[in-house]
Amino acid sequence: MTLQFKPNETFRRDFTYRNSSAAILHFPFPFPEDQYMYSVNIEPHVKGGASPAYDHVFDVDEHYVAECRERALVLAEDPKRCQVLPHMMAAQWDTLELLMESLAADYPEHFSLTKAGDLWTWVNRPLGIHQSFTFGKAETLPCPPFEYITRQAQGDFTLQDQREDNLYVDGGMVTTQADWSLEFDIGMSFHEWHGPVPLAHEKGVFDRALKYLLRLQYGAPVRRLNWTMTINPRLDTSPENYPVWGPDKASVTPENVGQKVHLRVELQTLFRLPRSNAILFGIRCYLASLEEVARVPKWGKRLHRVLRDLHPDIQAYKGLLRFREMAVDYLAPLDDGAELSKGIQSELTQL
Amino acid sequence: MIASGPIPVRIHEIEQLSPTLKRFAFEPLHGGPLPTPSAGAHVMVTLRHEGRVMKNSYSLVSPPESRARYEIIVRHVAQSRGGSRFLHQNVARGDVIEIGVPGNLFPLAAKARKHLLIAGGIGITPLLSYVPALKARGARFELHQLCTAEEAPVFEKLLAPHAAGEDIFIHGNGRAAFDLAGILARQPLGTHVYTCGPRALMDAVVSSAAALGWPPGKIHRESFGDASGGLPFKAVLAKSGIEVQVADNQTLLEAMEAQGIAAPCLCRGGACGECKLDVLDGEVEHRDDFLSAEEKASQKFIMPCVSRARTAQVVIDF
Repeated sequence: MTLQFKPNETFRRDFTYRNSSAAILHFPFPFPEDQYMYSVNIEPHVKGGASPAYDHVFDVDEHYVAECRERALVLAEDPKRCQVLPHMMAAQWDTLELLMESLAADYPEHFSLTKAGDLWTWVNRPLGIHQSFTFGKAETLPCPPFEYITRQAQGDFTLQDQREDNLYVDGGMVTTQADWSLEFDIGMSFHEWHGPVPLAHEKGVFDRALKYLLRLQYGAPVRRLNWTMTINPRLDTSPENYPVWGPDKASVTPENVGQKVHLRVELQTLFRLPRSNAILFGIRCYLASLEEVARVPKWGKRLHRVLRDLHPDIQAYKGLLRFREMAVDYLAPLDDGAELSKGIQSELTQL
Repeated sequence: MIASGPIPVRIHEIEQLSPTLKRFAFEPLHGGPLPTPSAGAHVMVTLRHEGRVMKNSYSLVSPPESRARYEIIVRHVAQSRGGSRFLHQNVARGDVIEIGVPGNLFPLAAKARKHLLIAGGIGITPLLSYVPALKARGARFELHQLCTAEEAPVFEKLLAPHAAGEDIFIHGNGRAAFDLAGILARQPLGTHVYTCGPRALMDAVVSSAAALGWPPGKIHRESFGDASGGLPFKAVLAKSGIEVQVADNQTLLEAMEAQGIAAPCLCRGGACGECKLDVLDGEVEHRDDFLSAEEKASQKFIMPCVSRARTAQVVIDF
């Protein structure tokens, strides 16, 4: 598929972000079943699978250029959205190597990487970047290596150091987050930064997930999908900016719910990094309005059932209380109650 | 990179370092770079000989930046289970073998303010990849290598490329003359200690450091488990109805594989937990570093890559 970038779309103020038909089919719909509950839904991050979003190590789509520009805007307003603690320098270079090698291998028409020993040359055609630098020498790049490469990637990234049989979030680039703050969480352990999540602690989800991640092997990354809902196609829903986006929740009406309310999906990927033995956590955010989701009949019906029957604690934690009923009412007429196939696949080849 | 093993490699170079030590250099058979290794990483080497499949893990001794070739050093031990003897006697330059993607159960601690490295004999191997990585990071370290007097020149030569002198010490007179407690006691706050070598040495480092009040999170030991043999025993696999005879020089995992059973495994050294099996009957002699003390005492689990039956027979839910 040839990507047609949409460099001028926006994620703030006039919100011109929209998904093409191809992008809707590319959307990683997060519900394999009609009910939703927390689980350790982690699987190997191998190419291919139920969603086209799984076809590449790091997924690049039509929103790439616009998302990189949005990230630059957020960083200009609040530079602390990118922070890496000093002991994570090896992990910074690991991240740069992994992203550059993966993007160049997966999208040779858009990215290329050539190496002559430690002298690397990186070309990013969509953003018009041509950079030669010495691998391992931070002063040869315009900014530190982790910031440099994650400014050129969609989705947020955090770096976890592994020590004392635990993981610590010791760095990150976080500008497209679902209401959590790197500035607040940096340095926390696995159970600390997951502290606010309801129900899952009692189910032992985090104990098992941590044990699994401590054993994560280099060369064998894993992934999971997570979700919430956002009003307007806004990437930066940070606690720092709550006064900007919080009031949006009051703007939903039965008339605009289909366009205003977006299903927000995170394709989360976890990579063991080689030099640092740290873990890179990718949180790639996808947004689709209810109207867009419902263009895939299976997805519209299933979303209706999930939202209708969602556990009240999860409704509250995900911040859906003000508009969930309107969303359910919007989707209900589209749901004939037919039995739906298990799994997230759209079962369509085109829209 | 996303790399699923095994990776076919060609033996590019073999160097006899001493009567019992050989260094092997591998290059990828199909070209292209190998996965980026890490300091302290090991690879699982798969060897095939006369219908037998042998899998051994060896620490990489090449520097972490080396993606054109990997190097390992192998000691030929008298009670070899086959792998090291085969590598020493049957493998020649140009031969093709398979290796797995590097794993690391002995990584450097990113927050350490100083790294104290203590190795015994061939236990030096993971530290040979540590030293260039520590130097590249500008990290502070101190290395002590314990060995016999006759092997001291071998290790001096191996460490020579890294020896800026004052921070690398070779002790050729064995443990008796080595002031372990004194060295541990004089380290600055924030030091991490790493040890690799004979179990007795590693136990001494861990217990001495603990006795001096070092926090457990600052004490690191190489974990390949203790996979040397023991008394033969029989494993009954209850679900499949297969009986597996485990010979004195074989692990349970190897005996299962020899019968064509695809058992899950990863590190093959009692550390990662991947091969854990449920025990229905019989007593287990635990040799792994994965199960907790309570799990070991319960006698409900076995890590077949290293642990054995203490009874003549063990019944496993597999």
